[in-house]
Amino acid sequence: MKEQSILSKIKETATKIYKEIMAKRKPQIKMPLRSLSNVNYDSKEGYFEMGDEFKERTLTVNTIKTFAQTLKMLSLSKTLVETDDIATKREAYYISKNWGDAKFVEQPGSDTVMDDIEAMFMVNREQMGFIPDEHGGSVSGELTVVDIDPSTNKEIKIDCTKMGTGSYSVPSRVEHLRFETNANFILAIETQGMYERLVKHSYWKNANCILISLNGVPSRACRRFIRKLSDEKKIPVYVFTDGDPYGWLNIYRTLKVGSGNAAHINKYFCVPSAKFLGITARDIVDYDLPSHPLKDIDIKRVVDGMKNDPFVKYHPEWQKELNMLVKMKKRAEQQALAAHGLNFVISDYLPKKLANPKSWLP
Amino acid sequence: MAEEIAYKLAEKQKEVSVAEFFERNRHLLGFDNKRKAILTVVKEAVDNSLDACEEAKILPEIKVEIIEMGEERFRAIVEDNGPGIVKEQIPKIFAKLLYGSKFHTLKQARGQQGIGISAAVLYAQLTTGRPTKITSKIASKNDANYYELHINTQKNSPEIVKDAVVQWKKEHGTKIEMDIEASYQKGVQSVDEYLKETAIVNPHATIIYTNPKAEQVIFARSTNELPKEPKEIKPHPYGVELGILIKMLKATENRTLQSFFVNDFSRMGPTTVKEVCEKAAIPPNTKPSEVNMQMAERLIKAIRETKIIAPPTDCISPIGKDLLLSGLKKEIPAEFYTATTRPPSVYRGMPFVIECCIAYGGNLDKESSVNVLRFANRVPLLYQAGACAITKSIIATSWRSYGLNQSSGALPVGPAVIVVHLASVWPPFTSEAKEAIAHYPEIIKEIKLALQECGRELARYVLKKRRVSDAMQKKSYIERYLNHVGGALKELLGLSEKEETRINDSLKEILERSRKIEEIETVEHDESEERLGILQHEEETEGEG
Repeated sequence: MKEQSILSKIKETATKIYKEIMAKRKPQIKMPLRSLSNVNYDSKEGYFEMGDEFKERTLTVNTIKTFAQTLKMLSLSKTLVETDDIATKREAYYISKNWGDAKFVEQPGSDTVMDDIEAMFMVNREQMGFIPDEHGGSVSGELTVVDIDPSTNKEIKIDCTKMGTGSYSVPSRVEHLRFETNANFILAIETQGMYERLVKHSYWKNANCILISLNGVPSRACRRFIRKLSDEKKIPVYVFTDGDPYGWLNIYRTLKVGSGNAAHINKYFCVPSAKFLGITARDIVDYDLPSHPLKDIDIKRVVDGMKNDPFVKYHPEWQKELNMLVKMKKRAEQQALAAHGLNFVISDYLPKKLANPKSWLP
Repeated sequence: MAEEIAYKLAEKQKEVSVAEFFERNRHLLGFDNKRKAILTVVKEAVDNSLDACEEAKILPEIKVEIIEMGEERFRAIVEDNGPGIVKEQIPKIFAKLLYGSKFHTLKQARGQQGIGISAAVLYAQLTTGRPTKITSKIASKNDANYYELHINTQKNSPEIVKDAVVQWKKEHGTKIEMDIEASYQKGVQSVDEYLKETAIVNPHATIIYTNPKAEQVIFARSTNELPKEPKEIKPHPYGVELGILIKMLKATENRTLQSFFVNDFSRMGPTTVKEVCEKAAIPPNTKPSEVNMQMAERLIKAIRETKIIAPPTDCISPIGKDLLLSGLKKEIPAEFYTATTRPPSVYRGMPFVIECCIAYGGNLDKESSVNVLRFANRVPLLYQAGACAITKSIIATSWRSYGLNQSSGALPVGPAVIVVHLASVWPPFTSEAKEAIAHYPEIIKEIKLALQECGRELARYVLKKRRVSDAMQKKSYIERYLNHVGGALKELLGLSEKEETRINDSLKEILERSRKIEEIETVEHDESEERLGILQHEEETEGEG
C-alpha cells in the first residue's frame, strides 16, 4: 500500500466520524477482531487468514478515552507519513505523554491502540510510520544482504560470512533488502545459546546454510526477512526449537502461519514452507534426553491449542505430538542435547535429522 | 486430729466485709488500672446525678471537672442540680457499699446495686488516703450539708471525718469531690469519650466538662423534654428463680399463696394463679410461710409450664428515634442519619427495648472499622466490646448488602457510626463493672432486627449516593476526554477552532443525552428531600405490652 492511500484512509475515517458527530449520532469505528478465534487456516496458502468477525467501538461515555486516544494515534500516524519519519512503539507511547488526560499510562495501552489501527486499515504498522522496538533476529552464514546506506543512499553489501563471532542483525524494515546466496537451507533456531554454538563451530560452513536466531517468538521483521529470503532465493527453511508447547505452538507456529493478533498481515509475515526439525516427543525417548516435568501453563497451552488453534486442528501429526508430550509429562530443551557431548548436536543430531525428512513435522 | 484442725480453722474463719472484699478485688468494679479508675469514678458520679435529676423531673445540668494535683494524682469534682440528699442519708449512700434505692426495685435506671459511688469513695481512700467531700442541698431556703467521709472497711460502714453546715449559692444539688490516684488520657475509653457518648443518649442533659488541661467542653442539651418516667414493676414469674421465690415467700405480708402471687408479681391474675397452683398440686389458700422447698420447686416448674402474658413494658423508657437522632447529630457530624426504636420484648421475664441509630458519611473515616457506640440504660459501655452482645450482633449482621464492606467474622468497614441502646429494667451485664451485655438469644435477635431496619435505610442512601457519584464521575470523565476527540479531528482534517468547538458541543450533547445525567440528578435531589421529610414527620410509635 502506498503512502498516499494510507493518508486517504486516515482522512476517510476521520471524515466519517466528523460527519456522524455533526449529525448528532454516535460515531463508530469498525475493526476486525484480533484473536485466534477469528482466524482460519488457509491450508493451500499455508497461513492464518483473518476471519470475518468485527468489533465495533461506538463512542460512549465508557469508550471516550480509548476513542480519543485512537484519533490522536491516527493523527500521529498522519504526521509521520507526511514527514516520512518513523517512531518506535515506545516513542509513540512517550509522545502520548503530551496528550494531557488522554495520555497512555503504560505502553501496552498504546500498543493495543496501534494494533487496532493497523488491523482497521489492514496494513502493516511500519507503513503507518510505527516500528517495533523488538530485536529482529541474528543472522550468520552463506548470505550477502544488499542494503542501502542511510547517509549516502548508496547500495551497500553485507557479507554474513564475515561477521566473525558476531552476527548481522535483521532491521525492522526489510522490504528494500535484496539477497545474494548459494545456501542449501535456512536454519531458524529458538535460542541464542544454540545459535552461538553453531556459529562458534562454523556449522554453516560445513552445512552450507544460513543460521538465524529467533530469540523466542520471532518478530514480524524476522518473519518477513526469512520469508522474503526463502521466496526470492528458493531456499527451504528448517526450524529448530525446544521440545515443549511454547517452542512448537508459540514459536514455530507463529513463524510458519502467523499469529491471531496480526492476522491481517500474516499473508506476508509468515513462512508457510517452513518445516520443523526441532526436538520432538519421539526425540526425548530416542535420545534419552534429560527432561523437565511439564508445567501447568504448558498443559494449558496444549489444551488451548487442541481446542482453538486452527493450525493444530488441521495437522494430526501435531495433535499426536502434543498428546504424547502430555502423556509423558515431560519437556526437553534443545540444549539438553549437550548431555551427549557439547557438539553432539553438530556431529549427530542435525545431520541425522536433515538426512531423514520423515522425522520432520509439518 | 481432724477435729483439732477443724477447731484451728474455725479460729481463722470470720466474716469478710464487702468493703474488704472490694479492697482486694477492685477490678470487679472497674478499677483495674489507673487510666480506667478516673473514668469509673466520673461515670459512677455522673450516672447517679442523671438518675437523681430524672427522678426529680429536673433537666440535668452537670459539671465535671478533673484537676491534676500531682503526679498520677487527680481531683475529680462532679456537681449536679439534682434534688439533693437528706442529711442523714449522705454518709450511708456514699460510704457504705451495697446501700441504695435501686436494687430492690424493678425499674429502668442507670444504677443497679448501690455499689458504684461508694466503691469510688473507697478507691479514693485506698489510693490517696483522702476523705471524699460531699456537699448537698435539698431546698433553696436551707443551708447545704457538708461531709468528709471515709469507709470503715471491716464494718462496711461510714466514718465521718468532718460534718458541717455551709453556705451554697445553688438552689439544690449535690457535689462530690474525690482525690484519686489515676492517669489521664484522651481518646477511646477516656472521660472525654464517655461524656460525649453520654451526651448523645441523654440529649436532655447539659454537661460542662473541664479537663486537666483546663479546657472546657460544653455538651449542651438539644431538647427540653425529659425522658418519660419509667414505672416500677413487680417481678414477672418467668424471671424468678427458686432462691428468689423462697425469699419472697418468707418476706411477703400476704396471707395466702393466691394473694401473694396476685399482689407481688406482674401478670398473675386469679385464673393464672389457679392454673399454676393446680399444676403444682398446692391449694391457693396455703399460707406462704408454709410453702417448703419441695413445694417451691413444684411452683417454679408449674410457672414454667404455664402460659403467662409478657410483663408490662411501660417500665421502660427508650430514648426514642427523634431524640436519638438529635443527640447523634449534635455530637457526630455526618451526612446521613437513620434511627429506629424496636417494640418492647422480653428476656427471662425482663422487658427490654432495643434502639439503633446509624450516622454515615461526611468526615467519618472510610478506611477503618465502623465506630460502635454501645449503651445500656443511657450509659455508655466503653470496655469489653468483644464480650458484648451488641458487638456480636453487629458482626453477625451482613453489612455488605447495606453498603458497607465487611470481611467474615469482623466489624463492617466504612464511614459509619453505629449506636445501639438497650433499655431494660434489668440489663443483663456480664460483670459487676457493667461493661458488656450478656448474650441472651432474645436480646441478640432484637438487636439484629434493629440493625437490619437501620441497615435498609442506610443501603438506600448509600446506593443512591453511589449512583449520583457514578453519574458525576461519568460527566467529568466525558468532559476530560471530549476536547481530545475534537482536537484530534481538528488535526486530522485541518478544521478551524470554530469547527472544533462545534464538534465538542455536539459530542457533549450526544453523550449526555445517552446518559441522562441531568435527569438522574433531579430525581436524586427530590428523593433525598422527601426522605428527610419522612424522618421529620414520623412520630415515635411506642407499643405497650
